[in-house]
Amino acid sequence: MQIDDIDRRLLRHLLAEPDLSTTDLAARAGVTSATAWRRIERLREAGILRGQHAIIDWRALGWEVEVSLRFTLDKTDPRAFDEFLAAVREVPEVIEIQTFLGRVDVRLNVIARDMRHYQEIYRDRILTLPHIADIESLMLVSTIRKTESLPI
Amino acid sequence: MIELDETDREILRALVRDATQSAGAIGRALGLSQPATWRRINRLQKAGVIAGRRIDLDLDRLGFGVTVFLGIKLATKGRVSLEDFERAASAIPEVQTIQHVLGLYDYRLRIVARDLSDFERVLRRRIMTLPGVGNVEANVLLSEERRPGPLG
Repeated sequence: MQIDDIDRRLLRHLLAEPDLSTTDLAARAGVTSATAWRRIERLREAGILRGQHAIIDWRALGWEVEVSLRFTLDKTDPRAFDEFLAAVREVPEVIEIQTFLGRVDVRLNVIARDMRHYQEIYRDRILTLPHIADIESLMLVSTIRKTESLPI
Repeated sequence: MIELDETDREILRALVRDATQSAGAIGRALGLSQPATWRRINRLQKAGVIAGRRIDLDLDRLGFGVTVFLGIKLATKGRVSLEDFERAASAIPEVQTIQHVLGLYDYRLRIVARDLSDFERVLRRRIMTLPGVGNVEANVLLSEERRPGPLG
């Protein structure tokens, strides 16, 4: 599927304001509602627009602590990645898993109700994960900007 | 802090899967009336539990083949330099996320680029010229998985 300027404009406005209704989105992009609806549907069918997901603010639910854990794995074992990731998926407090090319192999976003709870999770669920060679923690202080925006 | 019951959690899980579903459709799946579902969604939104919507795009097919996470250490500290750094970083179109963290680095940045040479351009012209920037570590994202989190 070829993407043209109208698609790009619609996506840019959708990324900037994901809650927009199709009518408002059409108005922002300067096309009719029918066009906007058809284009969005086409992007969805082509698999370019893969989905729209609600974002949960865990702090509003009393999960006050968020930590970014960076792992280096022991890669002498060829199953290290698969076994590590499978074990991570069993930990409900992990909300994001990313794998990397670089000094860091895997990064996990872990949430906890408070520091005491975090220590429990860290000791009982994280340090017990298989094939860990090294861990670094970054504690999230604040998020200054979080968008999916693209320079399109 | 808001207390959730099992029905609220079901609604949240449904909206995290697909935020475009109507209250009627979610209600039908849970055996709940449309108005009752709408009231619950509205309450979750008012309490800030639903913080918005994330648009999931196939970045590769839009021509953005590379996502890089940067860990940045500031060379100079102090309130003014933090604000200068944050303001300047927020103005870079390729920067999607800026997080202030505690640990090995001061900031985490998520950057999208068309390819590695495009990333190099962003790194040299935009990132290395940010006010106060010190040590920079880059990790190229290979895969990313969002987990449902501790929704009971």
